Amino acid sequence: MKIMKSTPASTRRFAKLMVALAAAAVTAVAAQTPTKNSMRDKWSAQDIATLGAMRLTQAGPRPPDASNAHEQRADAAAFGRALFNDTRLSKNGQVACASCHSADLQFQDGKPVGQGVGTGKRRTMPVMGAAQSPFLFWDGRKDSLWSQALGPMEDAAEHGGNRARFASLVLMHYQDPYRAVFGNRPALGKLPQDASPGGTEAERSAWAAPPAGSRDAVNRVFANMGKAIAAFERNISYGASRFDKYAQATVAGDARGQEVLAPQEVRGLRVFLTQGQCVTCHNGPMLTDHAFHNTGVPPTDRVKPDQGRADGVAKLLQDEFNCLGRYSDAKPEQCGELQFLASNDAGQLAAFRTPSLRNVAQRAPYMHAGQFATLGQVVRHYATSPKAALGHSELAQPGEKHADRQTIRLSPAEVLDLTAFLGALTGPVVQEK
Amino acid sequence: LRGEQPRRPEVKAFRRISTTVALAVLAFLATLGLEGCMSPPKDLHMALDQPSGAGVYRVALLPPAKAPAINQMHSGNVKLATPDGTPVHGATFAVDGGIPGHHHHPPPLSVHGATFAVDGGMPQHGHGLPTQPRVTRELADGTCQLDGMKLSMTGWWEVKLAIVGPQGADKVTFNTIDFNPPAGQ
Repeated sequence: MKIMKSTPASTRRFAKLMVALAAAAVTAVAAQTPTKNSMRDKWSAQDIATLGAMRLTQAGPRPPDASNAHEQRADAAAFGRALFNDTRLSKNGQVACASCHSADLQFQDGKPVGQGVGTGKRRTMPVMGAAQSPFLFWDGRKDSLWSQALGPMEDAAEHGGNRARFASLVLMHYQDPYRAVFGNRPALGKLPQDASPGGTEAERSAWAAPPAGSRDAVNRVFANMGKAIAAFERNISYGASRFDKYAQATVAGDARGQEVLAPQEVRGLRVFLTQGQCVTCHNGPMLTDHAFHNTGVPPTDRVKPDQGRADGVAKLLQDEFNCLGRYSDAKPEQCGELQFLASNDAGQLAAFRTPSLRNVAQRAPYMHAGQFATLGQVVRHYATSPKAALGHSELAQPGEKHADRQTIRLSPAEVLDLTAFLGALTGPVVQEK
Repeated sequence: LRGEQPRRPEVKAFRRISTTVALAVLAFLATLGLEGCMSPPKDLHMALDQPSGAGVYRVALLPPAKAPAINQMHSGNVKLATPDGTPVHGATFAVDGGIPGHHHHPPPLSVHGATFAVDGGMPQHGHGLPTQPRVTRELADGTCQLDGMKLSMTGWWEVKLAIVGPQGADKVTFNTIDFNPPAGQ
């Protein structure tokens, strides 16, 4: 019986091996032959590796934020959604996070600069992709989603409020969800109605009045508001675009799959990877290097130009809500970005965060203060590579001898091709329930 | 500041320090395969264990065993020895990244009570490191741990170390080409 049994078993193993070998052969043929022979668009091995690394799937699961112990909780996200849409969290009762980060508008506002209770100085950034970024805002002055959410609350041009008022308001109107997520409410003590260390002069002097314990309790509730909002925001993400399908088809050797991009868009993609030099900073699955660069974008205020990252670094280091602060849930060794923060760098002057190019065609105007109305203008800016009004542009200026970077030269046709390609980066906005 | 505060074990190592080694890590990158744009030179010297420029030291850059993904914070080691291979013990290191194209000399950086000197020349153009790595502790046999390294894209990175030790000052340049895909896979 044993022999009888073992024979079919070994036969099955042999059959399995043959199937595996055949499958491997088919895979090899699929991966190589069409790539070399029948693919509509031919790319070098290095280009295919670069395109593969730009697929959205390569982003993997959203990295956990160690500084926010509540971010993955559904009840925190539901609480955060309510706060995100609550206009009571503003000076005039008319501004919520959703006012500028509208679900109908790619979670941004389509305006050159934010319009809250006043007029801001910078372009509203979308919520999608924020959970993947080590630094938030154009100047990276925040290092977590929850800490970012607190900034606009006290900005005079945005919500225009202050933490003392908002903490009291949240504990009054959201008693149950607050307790469910964060436990018992801290005792705020006797507080002035409006107080904050960073508000108006009156708010700042009021902030000094209550005992330290009250200030700490207010900060705790304020931080928890941000943590709930972050739990909501981290579920808002980019979906796959036509470019992702094209890159996947190209990596897999799927000739027909390449048809998802029109020939002009493919020409634009080649410009993106080569003489356009876009991929230098817009790389990886989020189409950003998450870093800061001065590319000579003209400031809106030439008298007092925006200092960008140079100011952002200083603000981040002083922020009591950063990863190393007392309201962070992270251990110090989990705050690598802050521990090894690049500071004291002249290149940070007037440098701004590389934005993701995902869905970029859906969110004109462009740059950190909405300087350009169209993507064509953006591309022509890089083709012109003007000198920076403040600091030093990293782009090689026309005529300049550059050690390792060439001047970006684009023909009018290439500008059009590149612009067309940028339209292929649009995908759905995904909101997990 | 130094005497009063509780120290981490890694910082205690700095107490015994007799040598000062200033490492300036200046990195810039270029992308491979960008026809004519940023291909690295064909004769790029790739050794990660080499004598410093004037032959004062022998320096080895030891990357982590598992190659880091793009934008993944990682650690490596720096091994410092005399030309005959004798480890240089008790060194302190200061590490700095910078945006090339800008000459800057930041002030010494005080971290956890230990004073770090910052030094280094600048490559002409390109990107600096996205982080400011530094040596956090001394391991055995003249090997120090370099933390906070992060490369923001695939391609050619240049790492320059400026060394000041008992045998004098010297510099060394390492080239490394990173092919790894982004983090999160």
